Amino acid sequence: MSNKPAFTRREFMRSMAVVSTAATVPMFVHRSAMAFGEPAAQGLTSRPGFPDDRILVIVELAGGNDGLNTVVPFGFGEYYDARPQLAIRKDQLLTLDKHAGIGLHSALKPIMGMIDDGCAAVIQGVGYPNPNRSHFASMDIWHTADPSGGKGLGWIGKAMDHALGASGASGTDCICLGRETPLAAQAHYIKPIAFENADLFRWAGADLHASLSAEYDKINRAGVLDESAAQQAARAEARMTRRGRARAEATAQSAESQASFLMRTALDAQVASDRIRAAVSKGTQTNFPGGPLASQLRMVAAMIRAELPTNVYYTVLGGFDTHAGQAGRHQQLLTQFATGVSAFYKELKAIGQDHRVLTVAFSEFGRRVSQNASQGTDHGTAGPMFVFGPMIRPGLLGEHPSLTKLDAGDLIYTVDFRSIYAGILEGWFKIDSAQVLGKSFQPAQFLKREA
Amino acid sequence: MVAATSSLKPLSPKKFGYAEARHLLNRAGWGGTPQQIVALQLMGLDAAVDYLVDYDAIPDVVPNPEYRDNILRPYTPEEREMLRIAEERGDQETIDRLREQQLAREREDRKQMAELRRWWLTRIIRSPRPLEEKLTLLWHGHFATNYRTVENSYQMLKQNVFLRRHAADSFATLVMGIIRDPAMIRFLNNDSNRRSSPNENLARELMELFTLGEGNYTEKDIKEGARALTGYGVDGNEFRFYKNQHDDGMKQIFGERGTFNGDDFAQMCLMRRSCGEFVCLKLYKHFVSDLPDGPNAPARSVITQLARQLVRDRYRLRGVLKTLFRSEHFYDPAIMGNMIKSPTQLVAGTIRTLNTPERDLDKLLDAMAMMGQQLFDPPSVKGWNGGRAWINTSTLFIRQNIAAYLITGKTPYERGWDRNQLDYDPMFLIEGMAINTPSAVVEHLCATVLGENVHPKRREQLTQFLEERGGRVHRDTIIALLLLMTAMPEYQLC
Repeated sequence: MSNKPAFTRREFMRSMAVVSTAATVPMFVHRSAMAFGEPAAQGLTSRPGFPDDRILVIVELAGGNDGLNTVVPFGFGEYYDARPQLAIRKDQLLTLDKHAGIGLHSALKPIMGMIDDGCAAVIQGVGYPNPNRSHFASMDIWHTADPSGGKGLGWIGKAMDHALGASGASGTDCICLGRETPLAAQAHYIKPIAFENADLFRWAGADLHASLSAEYDKINRAGVLDESAAQQAARAEARMTRRGRARAEATAQSAESQASFLMRTALDAQVASDRIRAAVSKGTQTNFPGGPLASQLRMVAAMIRAELPTNVYYTVLGGFDTHAGQAGRHQQLLTQFATGVSAFYKELKAIGQDHRVLTVAFSEFGRRVSQNASQGTDHGTAGPMFVFGPMIRPGLLGEHPSLTKLDAGDLIYTVDFRSIYAGILEGWFKIDSAQVLGKSFQPAQFLKREA
Repeated sequence: MVAATSSLKPLSPKKFGYAEARHLLNRAGWGGTPQQIVALQLMGLDAAVDYLVDYDAIPDVVPNPEYRDNILRPYTPEEREMLRIAEERGDQETIDRLREQQLAREREDRKQMAELRRWWLTRIIRSPRPLEEKLTLLWHGHFATNYRTVENSYQMLKQNVFLRRHAADSFATLVMGIIRDPAMIRFLNNDSNRRSSPNENLARELMELFTLGEGNYTEKDIKEGARALTGYGVDGNEFRFYKNQHDDGMKQIFGERGTFNGDDFAQMCLMRRSCGEFVCLKLYKHFVSDLPDGPNAPARSVITQLARQLVRDRYRLRGVLKTLFRSEHFYDPAIMGNMIKSPTQLVAGTIRTLNTPERDLDKLLDAMAMMGQQLFDPPSVKGWNGGRAWINTSTLFIRQNIAAYLITGKTPYERGWDRNQLDYDPMFLIEGMAINTPSAVVEHLCATVLGENVHPKRREQLTQFLEERGGRVHRDTIIALLLLMTAMPEYQLC
């Protein structure tokens, strides 16, 4: 990879917010770059809602993953100069692109296997202008797709509101594996579900005495009192199926009394709890490794297997804030990430669902180019993203940020993360990304043409 | 929903019964036991409202927190010198040690923040001046500032103490103080608002979120207001006006010209017509109705009337609060029992109404965070949305489970029922009842725990449940009833 003509070309691409078209990364043929003038919304459906069968899984690598030791620019001496102890020798890497001088950390071997199988890709140098180095602030920026540090809702929440509207929500549209709903999923209409453990997504009072359980069910499954039981059941069931729910929810929320709203949500909670717990307890066909991410992905796979009407699942692997003694810890985390995702797709393939599931992994920022004094790295800027699934263009995408032209010791991004979001929203979910992102971004073309 | 009366005339004293006293204590406070409700009822409406609003007369029994204001500090001159020498000599050990000490201070600060969260929740649960805490929480959400951005527990405490000290005094005092509040200045980056490079964050939010609301100012007002606020900075833990960074040139704000400073700008916001209504809408949503469908005609009329009084009273809050808490509107059936409890209301209200043990404060705070309300950490400068935004299928289970935890001490992680572990005695809830039939017991409990808007089917079910247990009224059956009542969708209302 040549770093020479970087300035003008990179500036151009950033202003267009598109990913590299460089001949040096031949795998990433850039459709939009070849077809300027095509309407951005080409291929969008006018039908409301997401395509029924499409699922997005987000993997948040929280804490700021060290991109340079994940997707390693071994072809650049500057990398070794900046990291005397932390740099990874070329012979310890998995070579991804010999010509570009890019390799993967050896812990990502399962992901290398997925790349060879055509269902994983690395997008290099993802970031945004005026990077914020605070974990919370930068995470909020990624979650809201608003680099001005907005007060807004989440980008996924907004997308689902936009696609499903007030009347289209099923109650299980978005499931977040974790204690709290991430900002990304906050919405006006869509009510995301969040739980650490499906077994906690239920009333714990039922364990106290058998007789309480039946009484509790009578209360919380009654739905809106004064409505007939048959209507109730039909409504609840209709909400769980895509076709029925727009009709069923036509009774607008707005005129609803507080008590009715709560009774209806209580019934939704019971129905969702039954479905989710049944799905999760049924489990998966294949085995998953240990670790928090794999166990979240196992639950997601089980829910996909049970065909929950869910479009988005959100998972988190924390611990990437490696200020000191990074090498061993980073190795463990990348192992959890790679083995978890690869087990997830093995399972999805076994149950014939892999074509439905696009997975995207990101971190709030990468780390500084130079290591610090504690064998670790401090908060930096741009970093790689990963995308998984048989619908993606496999391999190494985009352009590695320059290691010579830095901004106060930090990488300068080559791809705006919002163009990745645009690629997801337009390419996968077939919705107008400008409605969600506030303005138009050229969608990054990481999906196969037919996807 | 039937439209409520928009009358702010005082409720007839005769109409101030148990249900009205309960409503007042729920809304102007965090609920109370039947005994406390009766005591308030016996005071009569006027005295009850005075008692709650003029709370300075009630001795404050919750001790102040222990805190340190110097956990976080920049390097001392000695340390800086050490660091300089170490860097010169390539003395890695010293560099690492100093760095580790700094990280240790940050960890210590997070611990102090956790301690302060426990302290505030304890105040909310125990304070005999419940309105003081309710107002403090209102202003915390209104002038929203969060620890995860400020990362300084002492400054968060300082702001909390300021908001509490003036919670019922005057909204103008709060506004004038908040633009000099170190946590707020840092949260909205006014410490980088300098003559040479203005930062508009505080100026914008002062108008949009604190005083006027969107649409009541122009982009130019933001730009010029930001210039007025230049130099309002922080030195250590204290406000400091950096004269050199202040732009003392001519400005034009709301069409007026002058060499305004930040205080002038804030005063000018308070003089705007829309400010009174903006503040009263906030009060209304906090105390009267979360307005799921937006302000309806009676609400708009009430807000306008209150705003008139607030401006007449030069933003002093007590008069407006008293008018509101005495009004016919406040006790209208469409208003009573029709507001979704905040997570804080749910937790504090369950403890204060049922007199359960306080349990493990960290578990309560944890559950509150999962329900969407972490004290000292509103999600953004907009504060908490409130109302129906609190409720989804996940938070509903957490709400039901936290009530079950308070009553039984059992967390959702533990299985099984061990009667011997029960440490809560609810029998005081039915103390002094003349008749103990199942239906009378249920009726009585509902009046305290759920209020009057309980569907007859629910009462029937609970009565039948008690009858099936031989109508025995003892600790176990009452606890069972309370578990079911707190798991009702209606329990989320107050």
